[in-house]
Amino acid sequence: MSKIVLEHIDKFYGDNHVLKDINLTIEDGDFMTLLGPSGCGKTTTLRVISGLEKPQNGKMTINDEKVIDADVAFYEEPSKRGLNLVFQSYALWPHMTVFENVAFGLKIKKMPKKEVEEQVMKALDTMRIAQYRDRYPNELSGGQQQRVAIARAIASSPKLLLLDEPLSNLDARLRIDMRAELKRLHKETGTTIIYVTHDQVEALTMSTRIALFKEGEIAQVDTPLGIYTNPVDLTAADFIGNPRINFIDGKAVCNGETLTVHSAFGEYVYKKDSIKWDEDIPLNEEFECVLGLRPEMVDIYTQNPNHKNTVEATVYASQPAGSETMVHLTVGEADFLALQIGLVEYDMNQKVFVVLHPSRMNVYRKETGRLIKYAKVKHHAGEMDD
Amino acid sequence: MAKKEKLPKKPMTKERLKNQIFNVIGNPFNMIVFFTLIILFCLIIIPLLNMLQNSFMVAKAELRQIPDAKVGDYTLYYWKYLLASPLTKTVFVEPLLHSLIIGFFVTVISVPLGSVIAWLMVRSDIPGKKILSAFILIPYMIPSWCKALSWLSVFRNELSGSYGLLTGMGIHVPDWLAYGPFAIIIVMCMHYYAFSYIMVSGSLRSINSELEEMAEIQGANRIQILSNITLPLVLPAVLSATIMTISKSIGTYGVAANLGNRIGYYVLATRMKEFINDSPKGVGYAMSLLMIALAAVTILVNQKLIGTRKSYATIGGKGTRSNLMHLGKSKYPLLIFLLVFLFISMFLPLFVLVMESFQIVPGRGYGWDNLTLYAWIGEVENAPSKGLSFQNGLFKNSEFGRACWNTAKLSIIGSVITAICGQFLGYITTRGRGKWYGNAVEQMIFIPYLMPGVAFSAIYFSMFSQPRLGGLIPSLYGTFMLILLASIVKHFPFASRSGSSNMMQISVELEEAATIAGASFWRRIRSIIIPLAKGGFLSGFLLTFISIAKELDLIAILMTPANYTLSFLSFDYSKEAMPQVADAICIVIIVFILVCNRIANRLGGDVSKSM
Repeated sequence: MSKIVLEHIDKFYGDNHVLKDINLTIEDGDFMTLLGPSGCGKTTTLRVISGLEKPQNGKMTINDEKVIDADVAFYEEPSKRGLNLVFQSYALWPHMTVFENVAFGLKIKKMPKKEVEEQVMKALDTMRIAQYRDRYPNELSGGQQQRVAIARAIASSPKLLLLDEPLSNLDARLRIDMRAELKRLHKETGTTIIYVTHDQVEALTMSTRIALFKEGEIAQVDTPLGIYTNPVDLTAADFIGNPRINFIDGKAVCNGETLTVHSAFGEYVYKKDSIKWDEDIPLNEEFECVLGLRPEMVDIYTQNPNHKNTVEATVYASQPAGSETMVHLTVGEADFLALQIGLVEYDMNQKVFVVLHPSRMNVYRKETGRLIKYAKVKHHAGEMDD
Repeated sequence: MAKKEKLPKKPMTKERLKNQIFNVIGNPFNMIVFFTLIILFCLIIIPLLNMLQNSFMVAKAELRQIPDAKVGDYTLYYWKYLLASPLTKTVFVEPLLHSLIIGFFVTVISVPLGSVIAWLMVRSDIPGKKILSAFILIPYMIPSWCKALSWLSVFRNELSGSYGLLTGMGIHVPDWLAYGPFAIIIVMCMHYYAFSYIMVSGSLRSINSELEEMAEIQGANRIQILSNITLPLVLPAVLSATIMTISKSIGTYGVAANLGNRIGYYVLATRMKEFINDSPKGVGYAMSLLMIALAAVTILVNQKLIGTRKSYATIGGKGTRSNLMHLGKSKYPLLIFLLVFLFISMFLPLFVLVMESFQIVPGRGYGWDNLTLYAWIGEVENAPSKGLSFQNGLFKNSEFGRACWNTAKLSIIGSVITAICGQFLGYITTRGRGKWYGNAVEQMIFIPYLMPGVAFSAIYFSMFSQPRLGGLIPSLYGTFMLILLASIVKHFPFASRSGSSNMMQISVELEEAATIAGASFWRRIRSIIIPLAKGGFLSGFLLTFISIAKELDLIAILMTPANYTLSFLSFDYSKEAMPQVADAICIVIIVFILVCNRIANRLGGDVSKSM
């Protein structure tokens, strides 16, 4: 239960600048996910927070208590920060039993034996692995090892729990189970959790907030829904969402009131309230832009539905996969992907009618790659269907 | 990716300074690194510099040769003596030429030999592979000077006090066959084939056979596959082995001394030892510096060619699925080739050594009337022949007892200390990988590896044969301490490599997890590192133990009678025309090595890592 504030954190490895001016506030009780492709600095950030790495610049506080102050070379020891860490590799000590692994930290704190026993069993019960207490790590399956690693981290009742890609070594089914497990753990203990992952599904399903990393910088901090609907730039948009977002090139003009976009789909005019005015947008002058269109926001009809935003499209290929069908479509120069729920069959080169929802598209300025027009969220915009 | 930006300088405040000092001092790991660097500097860099200095400094023995000189004056006398004097031809050019010739031929023969054996053992369907592979490295485990002795027991002629097998049978053995370059080259090949075998077989194992199968599908025949696919892939390993063989064969002392000295055939190593044991020592120092330079150049060339520091280690890699090449009709001729190789390099030397140790007069055949247990348990009073009347048999001989004791003492103390240091050094190099101190430690440890054994001991001789630090360190010449010290430091490269491969298996995260749990540095060492490092420590210890126990080159210069080890005693006896007793000692050592190696293998060690 703690609030963490990172200010201007810089980390260099030799000449390699891996963290660039990281500013991040994690509120008490947050489930904050650090998300990004590998090598973007998210694990380094986690290690800075844990105390395993010492940044060259910046400050960090936990509950307003100073933990890092690089200006005076002050770095609090990891064990005194009241946190615990689950490693990607689990880092279970192979020469200790499950019980000994979980008890190690408590023993070091010189906790009475009886209390150690209680705490350990409580943690093992929470993770539902009490029956394995006398096994060695190599006698457990990957999923069980994972539970031991988490049990070891929560046994000392940390105020802050750090998780470094904890699910990446599990198979797909176990991963879904463990996601539920971690979500419950967060709710039950109320512990602040910082979670590192490159898997956007994990980030979107579990977090209360997501910090999106890009080349050592934080690109965006928002709720999962916010990040999904309005990624702040083209790289972020490309990274979030599976299947990937469609990008359609276009030309735009902004007159200070409205934004007019021409593309293969035709002309869209956006009103003042959906435009992101703090971005650098040229006025009264045509510039290149990119439309962002999520595959699931495309509706396909074989008969003309007489909707005002209908365009005619050609099916390039379709990939039915049981619960969903991916359809590659072309409209003029533009090609894009649509996702339909359920099993739908289309023929190659079949003509279809596609209903698009311009207000639910993002607009990016091509030159800067930045978002200039917000997409509206569907569920509180039943009235705005256009 | 991340742009390169300069780290901004921070204003230095009192608090910052205090915290910084506390951060460095408060971490025991930093302190250990600090002391390690100092100790390595004292044990490796200073002796090396000291020898360099001594080669430019007038010593007492040469006062008369150098007019108006005082002891300790700067002089070029030794270097001139070696490189630009009427004696240069005999003391330097000839030995150098001999060394190079030997190095060249040993390499030309043993690299293809080892590589072919490796290919046969790894990639072909040669029959009896399992049994063969158990034997194929045994010749390498027999110390090279033991093989030299067995060569002598076959080929010794009138020049030596006692005849060898052939001369005894009435076959005339010319000097060029019995002694000198030919003999040295053959014996060394029987030893150094192992480098190529170990490296190439490691490399072959890591090659996916699908690469070869693809070529087969494309229509290549067996020869084309070998020359176009397999060979280029193992070329780095072959190259590595080549360089290593050159550098080792140029530096070897034991074989050259046994087979060359009696006909006055000197190589760099043997000539250098003469200078250091007699005078002028400065010339010997200068020579050993040249030998170190030669070895360093070859190894650096290797690094340049292969492009990695690690190339002196066996090339690792998990075995992938591999289908064996069918040898077809050539199966049996190749098998016979392997058997002949094993016969010559393992069976014959062992047989000859064992048999000669039972002979009354060497070279008079194996009839009952010429057999005796004297060399093992006889006493001088009832010596069956004049040739045997110098010494008691082995087990009645006080010198043997003392040598056993010395060997045991040296190898046990030496290998325990080396193995412990090795684990620490390995810990520092793995945890400091890519950091300046990790590199510094690695570089320093690498230096003893560059040096031939004789040259290395010459350094220690030059450093410690006089009191140092104003008498704080007394003259160590002739003490067990000095031999122990040299053995330990010389084995640092190997021990630290085994230590770091051991530490590499202990993931840093295991330690970090303990750090977060609040464990201090020493607690981490005690609760995490030591329990996990135990197994690797034991096998590393045993391999060092074997290596120290059979060492001859390294200790030859430092030896004084009171400190004779088994290998040096055997070397000494073989010079004294007591081949039977020398052979008996060899056999004792070989049996000992094989037993230890078996135990080490059980514990997961690998003799191929002890090169």
